[in-house]
Formats: sequence, structure tokens, C-alpha cells
Amino acid sequence: MTDTFKNETKVAFTLNGQEVHANAGENLIEACSQAGVDIPHFCYHNRMNSVGMCRMCIVEVDTGRGPALQPSCMLDVTEGMNVDTESDTTKKAQDGILEFLLLNHPLDCPVCDKGGECPLQDQTIAYGPGETRFVEEKRHFEKPIPINENVYLDRERCILCDRCTRFADEVVGDPLIHFIDRGNETQVNTFPEDPFASYFSGNVVQICPVGALTAKPYRFKARPWDLEEIESTYPNPLGDRITIQSSRDEVLRFQGLDSDTVNWGWLTDKDRFSFQAFQSEYRIQEPLVRGSGLNKPDKSAKGLVAASWNTALEMTAKAIQNSTPNKIAFIGGARFTNESQYAWTKLAKGLIGTDNVDATLSDDLPAHVLLGLQRTTINEICSPGSTVLLIGSDLKEEYGTLYIRLRDAVTNMGANLIELTPVETGLSNIASLSLRPRPGEIGKVINSILSGESPLEIGGVSKESIQACHELLQDKQINVIFGRQSITESTEPLTQALTLLKDIPGTKFLPLVRRANTSGAFFMGMAPGQLPGQLPLDADKRKYLSDWENLPNEKGMSTDQILKAAGDGEIDVLFLLGSDPLRDYRNPELASKALQMTKTVVAVDLFVNPSTYESDIIFPAAAFIEVNGSHTNTEGRITPIRQKVTSPGTARPDWMIAAEIAAQLNHDLKIEKPDDVWDEIQAANISNDEITFQNIKSSPEGLILQFGTETPFRKADLNIDTRPFDSYSHRLVLSKKMFDNGTIIQMSPALKNFTSNSEVLINPVDFSSIGITEGQPVTLINGEKKISVVVKPDERIPRSIAFGYLNQDGVDLRALISDGSESIDIRIDPTAKVI
Amino acid sequence: MTTPLITTSRWGNKDGHTLDGYIKSGGYQALQRALGLTPKEVHEEVKKASLLGRGGAGFPAGVKWGFLPENVWPRYLVVNGDESEPGTYKDRILLERDPHQLIEGCLITCYALGLSQCFLYVRGEMAHGQERVAQALNEAYEAGYVGKNILDSEFSVDIVLHWGAGAYIVGEETALIESLEGNRGMPRLKPPYFPASIGLYGKPTIVNNVETLANIPWIVLNGGDAFAKIGAEQSTGTRIFAVSGHVNKPGVYEVEFGTTTFRDLIMGEEYGNGIRNGNELKAFIPGGASAPWFFEEHLDMPLEKTAVDQAGSMLGSGAIVVMDNTTDIVKACHNLVRFFARESCGKCAPCREGTSWLEKILQRIIDGNGRSQDLDLLLDICDNISPGISWPPKQTTICPLGPSAVSPISSAIKRYKEEFDKYLSKSKPNIPVQIKSGAG
Repeated sequence: MTDTFKNETKVAFTLNGQEVHANAGENLIEACSQAGVDIPHFCYHNRMNSVGMCRMCIVEVDTGRGPALQPSCMLDVTEGMNVDTESDTTKKAQDGILEFLLLNHPLDCPVCDKGGECPLQDQTIAYGPGETRFVEEKRHFEKPIPINENVYLDRERCILCDRCTRFADEVVGDPLIHFIDRGNETQVNTFPEDPFASYFSGNVVQICPVGALTAKPYRFKARPWDLEEIESTYPNPLGDRITIQSSRDEVLRFQGLDSDTVNWGWLTDKDRFSFQAFQSEYRIQEPLVRGSGLNKPDKSAKGLVAASWNTALEMTAKAIQNSTPNKIAFIGGARFTNESQYAWTKLAKGLIGTDNVDATLSDDLPAHVLLGLQRTTINEICSPGSTVLLIGSDLKEEYGTLYIRLRDAVTNMGANLIELTPVETGLSNIASLSLRPRPGEIGKVINSILSGESPLEIGGVSKESIQACHELLQDKQINVIFGRQSITESTEPLTQALTLLKDIPGTKFLPLVRRANTSGAFFMGMAPGQLPGQLPLDADKRKYLSDWENLPNEKGMSTDQILKAAGDGEIDVLFLLGSDPLRDYRNPELASKALQMTKTVVAVDLFVNPSTYESDIIFPAAAFIEVNGSHTNTEGRITPIRQKVTSPGTARPDWMIAAEIAAQLNHDLKIEKPDDVWDEIQAANISNDEITFQNIKSSPEGLILQFGTETPFRKADLNIDTRPFDSYSHRLVLSKKMFDNGTIIQMSPALKNFTSNSEVLINPVDFSSIGITEGQPVTLINGEKKISVVVKPDERIPRSIAFGYLNQDGVDLRALISDGSESIDIRIDPTAKVI
Repeated sequence: MTTPLITTSRWGNKDGHTLDGYIKSGGYQALQRALGLTPKEVHEEVKKASLLGRGGAGFPAGVKWGFLPENVWPRYLVVNGDESEPGTYKDRILLERDPHQLIEGCLITCYALGLSQCFLYVRGEMAHGQERVAQALNEAYEAGYVGKNILDSEFSVDIVLHWGAGAYIVGEETALIESLEGNRGMPRLKPPYFPASIGLYGKPTIVNNVETLANIPWIVLNGGDAFAKIGAEQSTGTRIFAVSGHVNKPGVYEVEFGTTTFRDLIMGEEYGNGIRNGNELKAFIPGGASAPWFFEEHLDMPLEKTAVDQAGSMLGSGAIVVMDNTTDIVKACHNLVRFFARESCGKCAPCREGTSWLEKILQRIIDGNGRSQDLDLLLDICDNISPGISWPPKQTTICPLGPSAVSPISSAIKRYKEEFDKYLSKSKPNIPVQIKSGAG
């Protein structure tokens, strides 16, 4: 699994009489596979540590002491080794083991989901004796038992290969399934009262070499030979590679694709089972317009009615024509493909002539920060002995596969993780050092860490911790993984920290962007002041964007500014590009006012969500399984997104909707297919990279965009001045959880039950000193703002921090957020009553 | 016999297990003496003694100690007190009757190898032994024999007593290490193969058997040469054998290693005192349930490692189980196989599936449902667990537990095939399941 550990020295060994070469230290089963000899195996998995349990891969190996049967997954190749995978002894042993594995296997292949793609079945056909000699009663267990909401376990089919249990324990650190009992009674099971509550449980289904583990969303849906598949990219910030498998124009499952550079075949359950949402009956199938097709600020005509594309497009064009460019704004687009992002930027900036375009909800870092820092790659972070500085939130909740990769790097490659997160995370137990800086004060904490000088305590971090961290970072090439620690924290403190870190030679960065394709969106110019190719709006090179006739000169507004202006009635037309500010923006009150006051709100989306519900015109968009294009992950890696099924109704790809609106405005956007975007970028000579759509499609590990070249990183004001922290207050930390009330999760039946009631967690010492009655809601106060919510004690929360997850059921914790400060301090009052 | 009693000298003393009783009979003098020597000198004495490991494999302890890599710290001593093979009960008595001798052996070993931490793993079912050791440890700590600055020297050792949960497989040293670490007791197979380089918590670890360590005080006190003079050239010192089964006087006996014969031990008046009821000897297991069986013609073989190895069996854990002519060989065979099937840890497919398959077939034969092809099937299954059914066994498994189940079957079928045939001839004409050729 630790490819990078491999010694590059070559050794020669004999394989079935032929001399072959392999890297010294490589394990034999891999070396043989590379030499074209496949050794049958069940327990061995290239992304996990070997256990040598199934014994299927035993072959005769002679290392100078005579031939002996050895498990090839447990053996390193050495010079002069003589390996015989075809000798009579090898064959006899392998046949014998296959027979052993089949003894108690039920052979219910005709009704087993795995049948047709089952390693046990395949190898039985390839190697097995073909006839059973076992006439005794087979081992019996209760047929499938659920081990969590989505995964069933059939212990009769299980061959005890230790893959799922190893995955749970070693790969994701959720040791909730185990072997129990002994000998022939051994079985995999959960603890009696604890389900296999892992965010990554779907992976065990994918790696099970028999049909013992099956996923509820796929059970009995198809036979493998009826499935068609295509390799694609899941649009999340890491760009996890997947295969989309479908039958009869219906996607039946996503499987992780084993890419060396990104996800190693792993997926989070959130992504794996989300295919259900994209095929939900609630998808918007045709354009919707408000009332009888009105283009008025009067919202009295409440109902949304289906309309033709022509009607919707005409209304949109009319709204644009009746306004002026600076009163038109675009929010969202960070979930689009690169190509759609280019098309919408071109429509907004090149054609309509407004720079009021922001792909984010002002919750990611500004474009100059994300485009101005040199990026590192996941593989560079996850390499032997690397030094990783993590500033942000819990990777396990938000960036699942990066969590897995980083966990592997720390446990198996000796990478050093230094964690600067406000509360304990899924990686805290393996981090070399965990610091708990208060949100809003990360700038001064980093300042102290780098200088090594600190008062007794700074930003919630002790002098000793600062010094320990200072020493760990000395003379190291630092990989900084950064994101905001809480949405209550403004971008300024983190920008301060990055300004300081950027000056250390060799430091590279990996941003934790909030949405799938924020990197692509910024590259394509979907931010105020930006143009495609990472160019600032005022770049000399803008002249090459030849048919962008109406390029604005003045920098436009960010989402914060757009919503404020809209709330003041200064925006005529607001486009919501796959974005839901009512649910996602940190100030729902302002978002609501903005939507109310805007004359025409045009939404492009998959679903009717709270924000699209308030819109005037809604265009049905195609989901990523229905379009061709590409995705840029947080490393800047561009990988292909491929169409597998057709869109429901008349839904169209996002770029096409932009082109249609342009046509309605009597302009040709000159984009007729995704390829055209890259041709145009090439022709404009604005990207240094040899990126063509053809290259993207044919590069298995993707193409890397170099950041930190065109857009200058604007240094933050280092006069670090945070308001004093008062010891009666709690600093509020609001963070994302893997499962929340987001649309995609709620539209996936497999995922929608995983949200919980909103609650606020504080340190048990604080809890008892405040005198809260367990289970009773208490009042949280931030100036004028008050909410009533249940507060619970939790060991993972440091003193003086109040922690909550966003977008859960019940109380909306965003109600505590006030704008215009670097951080938010609240008071917890167990006596006050919310009026 | 003039052989001195090395390990069992205090068994007859009522207070042999107490600190007073131990000191009265010369206890902790070896430790005193060892502390006066350099660690290297102590190690040399043990090497000179050519003390073979008494756990089963019979590997020379001094050589094993030498496998510790230089300058890797910390390193550990683990005492394997998980004796659980049927017929083996010598370590239990050692723990119960002379716990201080073991503790002293541990201390000297730690001194010789520069260790400061020792783990004493005692099998779950040996409650009495565990209590005695715990008590002895408390006394020894109190008296300053264990702990910091032992006997006012620079030498400090902590001994931790760990109580197992009663799995036979944990007697296998890598499984014991897993269990000690808090994991499921399953053997490890990770090159490097010896715990001496990577063992407990990934650190260099010496795993020694209880009896092996119990010999150390005598060796230090009397010298390695004196020890090597006792017994045969390659099987030095004395050894404790547990004699059980159809003898008149089953028990644990310390005898001179390598010179005493099986006949002495089974028939000798002071030992087994002959077969019960004057019956004839049918077979005996020379070294624990996993050893291939011996028969009458082997009686005059000395209890000597090399000779027994060459004859195709082993002295193993020092358990001699005697079967007289009233023994139903098929049932005896089933009994032993059932033990291994139940104790298989479940890790390797051949052992997990194979041993219980063997047991089921034997049970079916005993139940009168045997088929003519069953003997070939039994041997072929054995061959798939232990290719070639040879001795020492080859194995398709990680540890030797699977191949252990092969020994009784191959021994029994080789020698007493007619007893199996008798069962088969009495079998009912129909077996429960018909097999059609070609059925997958």
C-alpha cells in the first residue's frame, strides 16, 4: 500500500523459469502481477496491509533453502528468489484452499448480488476442483443481518478474509466490526448494541470478495453483466474518481475507482449513495416560472408553473434587457463543470458586462488567496516523512477521502501531522501535535509558532504547545492544508496566517474549499475581479478574450455585497447557479430579504429548494451523471466527468442554458460542446498548460493546473488585532457534518435519516460550572440575537468553545451569527427565556 | 538415579511457593551471583548450558537470546505460561509449587539481556497458579527482588502478570504477543519471523517457556558446564515430563534429559509404573497432542531431541500420553482432532475449515455413516493442510496448529487402518447425501 516506500533498486528473480525484474522490497504478489502472472487471492488488497489470512496466494518460493509454500502477499521480492506459481505443489495447495473456502460457502450464487463479479466465483472457475467432496452439513447463520442502515451482512457467505474488518480498523479508524468466536464458528459482526456507524461503510461492500456484504441501495437491482459503466469524477472538492454503473438508462451504483493520485478507490457513503438523489422523482424536469409569467417585483403570484424553454428564456432575456449590467448579479456555479463555469462567466462578463459574479457564498477564501498560493498534491502530502500542517476543521466530516489518505500517511508512512483545529477531530489521536487555537485568532497563533516566541497563552494555545510546534516545523518543507475553522470566523485571520506561511521557502498549500469545483470556478473567472486563466480583471492579457465584447472594467461585488445590494433593492436580476443562499448563506435573514427585493430571480438547479422556491424563473439543469465535461479538484487536478445516462425531462447541461440565454439576447456564445471551451482558452493563450478536452479525457490521473502564477496573492494586514476574549463567553464554532439537510443528502433515501437535532457542545467542565440541566434547552446570546437550544457536555471540545453542526434538524444555529467580526463570542444563559 | 533435581527440587516442600521457603532452600542466590557477573558472562553461561527451549519447538535458549538486535530499546521478556495442550501440565505445577524460581529466572534473564520489563502470561484456566505467582510477585517486590534497584544494584525490572483468556493458540508466541497487546489471539506472519527482532509493541522481544526460565537459576549457580554435563550431548540438563493416560501412576516427573528412555518413564516404578490393569501398550504420544504417535518399538528410544526428531516425531511440550489396547483408535483420533478444530483461531482457511471438516468426517465414521472413500479423503485433506504429511510438517497455514491435527490421523491410519475399516464395514449402506459427479 505504501507505494512511495518502495525502494527503487531493481532486483532480479525467477518467475516460472523466466528471469524478471521488480523493485526491491515490493511484495511478491504485486511483482508477479506486474510481470503478467496473476496469483489468485482474497484477503490481499493493494490499499491495505497484508494479513496472509486466506492462504489462497501461497506459491512455491525458493530463497536458497529449498522450495517452500509461502503466501505471496506477505513476502518481499529479493534478489535471486525462485518463484513457481504453476508447480504441482502450488496447484495442489491452491486447489485445496479453494475447496476449504467453499466448504461452508452456501453457493447461492443465482440469487447473490455478487454473482458475476465475485472473486470467489471467478477463481473457483479458474482454479477450483469443480466438484465438492464435502457431504456434511454446512455452517449456518441467520441470513443477512443489517450492520447499519445501508449494509447487510450474510455470514454464511463470508470467507473471513479480514478485508472489511481491516478497512474499518486500519483504513478509517472505525473499529466497529470484528471477528467474534473462534475456529469454524468465527464470524464477522458488530458489537451487540453498536451498528457499523462509519461514514465509509459502503467501501466494505465494494472490497468484499464474496457476496457477504451487500448495500441496500443496490440489493437485487441488477446483475453485473447487465451493467454498463463509465469512468468519471465525483464532483466533490477532492474530485474522487468513480465508475458510474447503469442499466437501462438508470444509474444503479457508484463505485470508487482506484486512482493512485486521489482516492485510492475509496468513497464516502455520502457520495457513494448519492446516486439516488440524481435520479429522484423530485428532479425538476422542465422550466418553471412564477404565476402567469410575470416579470415584476410583485411576488403576489405565488405559484410556480411549468413553462416552455422559450417562455422561460424570453422572460430571462427581457429581465436582462430591462436592466443595466451593474444591477445584474450571479451567485453560485461552484458545483458546475469547468466548461459550464466558463460558459456562464462568458455570458455574465463577456456578454452582459457585469463583474458581479461569485461562485461561492462568501464562505470560501477570496479568489486571490486560492489562486495566489502554490498548491501541493495529495500524494506529496501523503509521502514518507512529510510534514503536514492542518489548519481547519475535521477532515473526517467534510473531506472523507483526504482523511483516509492522510490517516494512511501518518500511520503507515511516518508523515507528521500537526493539527490546528478548534476541537478534537478524527485525526487527533494520530497527530504528532494537536493545537486548539480559537477561531479568529489563527493569524497570531501562526505568527507565534513561526517566530517561536509567545506569551504564556495566545489564542487559546499554551506557550509550550507553540514551542513544540515551532520545533516540529523547523527546517521542514511544510504542506499546509487549510480551510476556515468555522463559518463564524471571517477570512481575515486565516489570510493573515497564510501570508506568514507563504514566506517560508518551499511551503505548499492545499485549500479545503467548501464546494465541489471552487478551484475550477476561480480558474474560469467566476469571482469578482477575475477572468478565465487565473487572470485578474485588469490583466493585459484580457485583450486575447477577443469575443468578450462587453468586459467590465470595474471590479464587481462578492456574494456578501450582492446580497446586501439586493436587500437594498439595487439588484434587478439575480442568477442562482445551483446555489441555495437561504440554506447555505451564513445570514439567512439577509438572503431572504435579498430574494424578496430582487425583481427577477433566475435559478438553475436540479431541485426546488428553499431558494429556488423563492425564484421567478427556474431552469432544470442536468446532473453530473448526465453531462460531459471536466472537474478541477482542490489540487488543481482536472479530471473528466462523463455522461452515463440521459437527463430527466428537458433538463439541459448548465453551459447549454448559458448559451441559450445568450442566443435569446441575440448573441452567439460560440460554445456548442464542452470541447469548444478548451479550444477557446487555447486560442486565447491564457493558460500555460497544454490542456485540451481530448487530453483531459485521455489522462487517467488528470492534468494539473499550476496555481500561484497569474493572480497575485494579496498579503493580509499583519497588524494582528483581535478583540479580547472575555472569560465569561464561549467562542462559537459552527462546522459542517457529513450528513446534514443539504438537498442531495435529503433526496437520497439511503442518507436522509442521518441528520440529528441541532445542539451545542461544550467542555464538561464548562458545562458543570454553568449549571445546565442535562437535556433542557438553554439560551445562547450574541448581543441582540438569541436562540434556545440543548447544550451537551463533550470531551472533544476545549474550554470556552461552544461547538455546533450546521444545517441539522430543529434550531437554526446560524441565527447567532452577526456580520462584521472576525469571530463570534456568545453567552450561555441557563436561566434566560427566549421570547 | 543420581541426577540432581533442577527445576522440581521444591515440589515436595509445603512452603516451596513462599518467599521464606524459597530463600530457605537457596533461592535468590543465583540472582546475587548473576549481579556479580557482567550480563555477557551470564548469557555465556546459558549458552554453554545449551539449554533447549522447553515449550515445544526445542530451540536453544542462549541462541534465541542472541537474536536480539543491538541497541534497540525498549525490549521485552515475555514468559509463555499458556500451556494448554492435552496431556501437558508441567508448567502449571511449576507455577503453583515454585513461582519464585520462575521469577528469579526472569530476573536473571532480564539482567543478561539488559531488559527492564517482563510480562508473565499465564493461561486463563490456571487460577491457582496465577494466584501463587501473584502472591510471589508481591512478596518479591516487597523484599526488593523485583522493582527498582534490585538488591541495591543499578538493575531494575518490572514484572507484569497477565492472565490469559484460555485459548490454546495463544501458546504460539506471536499469538501470545497479539493477546498481550490486547488484540485477538491470532498468530502473526510478518517478516521478520522472529519476535526477537520485532515482537511485543513492535519491539525486540524474547518469548521463553516457564520451564526454560526455571532452569536459569540453577545454571547460573552451578555453571553452564555443569548443566551441559547432565543428559545427552544435544539434550542437556533435566526435563520435566507429564505422563498421562493408561499408566498406573500418571504424573509429572523430572528426569535426566536425553538418557532416560520412554520405557523408563512409562514402565519405571518411580515414574509411570507400567500400563494399567496389566494391559498391553497400543500407542503413545511422545510430545503432546500435536506429535505423531509412537508405538511399542519406540519404547527404548531415549528422551532425546535429535533421536525423537529423526524417528519422525517430537518431544514437544513434554507430554506423554499412553494408550493401552482397550483404546478405540478412531475415537482417540477423533478426540484429538476435535481439540484442534475447537482451538483453531479461525485465521487461516486450511486450519479453520480443514480441521473441523476432519472432525466431522471422523464423527460420521464413528456414527456408522462412513464411506469407503473417506480414508483417502481424510488423508487428502491432511495433505492440503500439511503438504506431503511429512515430519517436520510443511504447512499451508501460518502456525503449526492446523498441521497438528494431521499427526493423529496420519499416525492412526498408518498403524491401525483395520480399525477404521471395521467402522467402515459396519456402516449403513446409505450416506445422508449422494454425490453426483460433476456437481459444482
